[in-house]
Amino acid sequence: MINLNLYTRRRVINAVGLTVSLLAMLFGLFWLCWILFTLLDHGLPALTSVVFTQMTPPPGSSGGLLNAISGSLMMTVVGTLIGTPIGILAGTYLAEFGHRGWMAPLTRFINDILLSAPSIVIGLFVYEIYVVHVKHFSGWAGAMALAILVIPIVIRTTENMLRLVPSTLREAAAALGAPQWKIINFVTLRAARAGIITGVMLAVARISGETAPLLFTSLNNQFWNSNMDQPMANLPVVIFQFAMSPYEDWQRLAWAGALLITLSVLTLNILARVLFRQSATTH
Amino acid sequence: MPMFSLEARLKRQAVLDMLFRTLTRISAFSVLALLAAIIFSLVVGSMPAIHAFGFGFLTSPEWDPVNDKFGALIPIVGTLITSGIALLIAIPVSFGIAIFLTELSPRILRRPLGIAIELLAGIPSIIYGMWGLFVFVPVFADHVEPWLNDHLGVMPYIGPLFSGPPMGIGILTASIILSIMVIPFITSVMRDVFDVVPTLLKESAYGLGATTWEVMWRIVLPYTKVGVAGGIMLGLGRALGETMAVTFVIGNAHELTKSLLMPGNSISSALANEFTEAVGELYTSSLIELGLILFFITFVVLSIARFMLYKLGQREGQAA
Amino acid sequence: MTVETIANPKVVVKDLNFYYGNYRALKDINLSIAEKMVTAFIGPSGCGKSTLLRTFNRMYQLYPKQKATGEIILDGANILDPKQDLNMLRAKIGMVFQKPTPFPMSIYDNIAFGVKLYEDLSKHDMEVRVEWALKKAALWTEVKDKLKQSGTGLSGGQQQRLCIARAIAVKPQVLLLDEPTSALDPISTAHIEKLIDELKEDFTIVIVTHNLQQAARVADYTAYMYLGDLVEFGDTPTVFTNPKRKETEDYITGRFG
Repeated sequence: MINLNLYTRRRVINAVGLTVSLLAMLFGLFWLCWILFTLLDHGLPALTSVVFTQMTPPPGSSGGLLNAISGSLMMTVVGTLIGTPIGILAGTYLAEFGHRGWMAPLTRFINDILLSAPSIVIGLFVYEIYVVHVKHFSGWAGAMALAILVIPIVIRTTENMLRLVPSTLREAAAALGAPQWKIINFVTLRAARAGIITGVMLAVARISGETAPLLFTSLNNQFWNSNMDQPMANLPVVIFQFAMSPYEDWQRLAWAGALLITLSVLTLNILARVLFRQSATTH
Repeated sequence: MPMFSLEARLKRQAVLDMLFRTLTRISAFSVLALLAAIIFSLVVGSMPAIHAFGFGFLTSPEWDPVNDKFGALIPIVGTLITSGIALLIAIPVSFGIAIFLTELSPRILRRPLGIAIELLAGIPSIIYGMWGLFVFVPVFADHVEPWLNDHLGVMPYIGPLFSGPPMGIGILTASIILSIMVIPFITSVMRDVFDVVPTLLKESAYGLGATTWEVMWRIVLPYTKVGVAGGIMLGLGRALGETMAVTFVIGNAHELTKSLLMPGNSISSALANEFTEAVGELYTSSLIELGLILFFITFVVLSIARFMLYKLGQREGQAA
Repeated sequence: MTVETIANPKVVVKDLNFYYGNYRALKDINLSIAEKMVTAFIGPSGCGKSTLLRTFNRMYQLYPKQKATGEIILDGANILDPKQDLNMLRAKIGMVFQKPTPFPMSIYDNIAFGVKLYEDLSKHDMEVRVEWALKKAALWTEVKDKLKQSGTGLSGGQQQRLCIARAIAVKPQVLLLDEPTSALDPISTAHIEKLIDELKEDFTIVIVTHNLQQAARVADYTAYMYLGDLVEFGDTPTVFTNPKRKETEDYITGRFG
């Protein structure tokens, strides 16, 4: 009764399908390895101490990336400091207060869209509302664009993490007569702390590699600058400019910068996951 | 020290509660305000171009900064084509990876391999661009494109798509790099939705003697199709807006050619290349209108994606 | 009662042990399943009754840390033999689960799904087979006009009968029912119990249930399990009215469990 030919055909299809899925996995890993290998291959020789001690050079002379590194750090820190509190507060609203009405679902929906919105449009937006009016590019504008990228990520993780906090914990605190702001700040948010920190780290990882929103906001600066009101050098834009240039010195520095950015972004990514996993297993 | 009465203290707490709630509500509202501000500022910025070109902007292939004549057709087509081809590659690969990670991979490897794929999403887009230009483009030009020329280029119908000088840069290169960049996004959604398939449903199919492939292809995939489609749309949203990687390798030519091997342009790469150097109100305004179009397209695509994912979530809620 | 005392065994379990990792969930189980009869496994939660059932079609093999030792003989061949082809085994042994699990496809395709795995039937033969299975599962009159509609649109009791129809459409020899009525209302439960009574004309049935009355109503033989041990096994009237072991009596009379 059982048709053995049919059965053999099914087994062949199964074997082929599963082999192809293995190949797809290898395909994905292949690109990751190739890219990482290239970065190490070109970046490591270029990553000398000079990179960390000297400014970006004019074409043809030697130099480093110090001003770009410091500019990137400053804008990333300021962007994170602006974006994180807003994100945590808004995420708290969605998880703790937004049970009724249209506002929370709509905010959640819009936030999810902003989460994947093209970052270059964010750059255009900050250019339109800020750069045009002050009439010059500046570190503040760059930090602003980065903050706008941070907010949706932090909102999303804060809400998700708060929802994981068991409601019995809230009820226990409420049963003691604690007011709601105290319950949320001292009990719920604290219980969700590790998850929220993970979210912030992922947000930092995301913005530290962003180039497109900085092109129209902080632009670039060949010199040392710690004034956020002036155009500010930053790693991604320097890499873009140097890599696209015909000068070999510049291209070498671009590889060094690329390796630097990728290492920090991937380290942040992995750290965030490890941290989150640890806190998830100890709770 | 003055003693507060209980009543005064309760009143103070009630005020603090109210303040805190208002603060969180304002923050949440700022997200809506942000969206409105983005749309408003882009519309205002595009006004001069909208007045000058009207709807013709969308259909005109002309891009002539010298004579102040602008049309968005070429970058729009470039954006849609690169993203479309990227999805054609990324969808089956993501499905394969998701099957591998949910059904085939040994348990110990599941987590590291999953993280490895997610790291593909962590690599900054400018790195993809740089690697693409300096490493992938030469390999592609020397080894892949001549082959495409000789084999696919001579076929009827699709031939013109694959003929042309093997330069390395161009639409196809940009599409391939885009596909690598969206694979982790689609894979991650697929894994998430595959995980919500009830164990009993899978066991029922296995219980009838179905193979792993049959369970995935005929039970899991149909069961999760809304979510999978949502994940694909999410990947599409990412691909449409991707800037730096495309800017490096697409060639930045305002030309409409039949061949995928020729340089082209996309909305985001036009913006990245030309915006800071654009002179004159109309040029700047036309670029901002490009940004508005891009935002509109991604907004629609991402809305559909979210809608689909919510729908799957809702069905889960009912079934549980 | 032991392995030998069942006159016409379809399945014989010998010295079966089962492990979840290092935890031993079944301890030296020996019993026989009588052909074309209903055998029930009863016992408190966690006693191993479902685990035992899931060794019969090696469903546990989907999960890497689970393993079984010993023998389960079906038609002279050991089911647990690694060389035993899993898909072929599952064509011979059908299973129905705690909750209805209609596949995300039409009612017709739900039934045809399993059949198409093994047989290359013509369209007409397939229609005959689907009708046969739905009639056997006492569902035909209710769904014959909406075969193209999704199986998920049926009521819970109908869905479970659809799953039974899907399992028997393949014409298995043994039918495993894992608490098939635990998610159903009393009326649907009564339907399914009546169905089980009819199905034993054609199939050997093994049912796991937490409902003692159900075991008493439908089963010819009953096995009482506790903490991985087979405490008592015999024909149902004896187990329920005159159990040999004190533990069985305590459980049956409701003093425990």
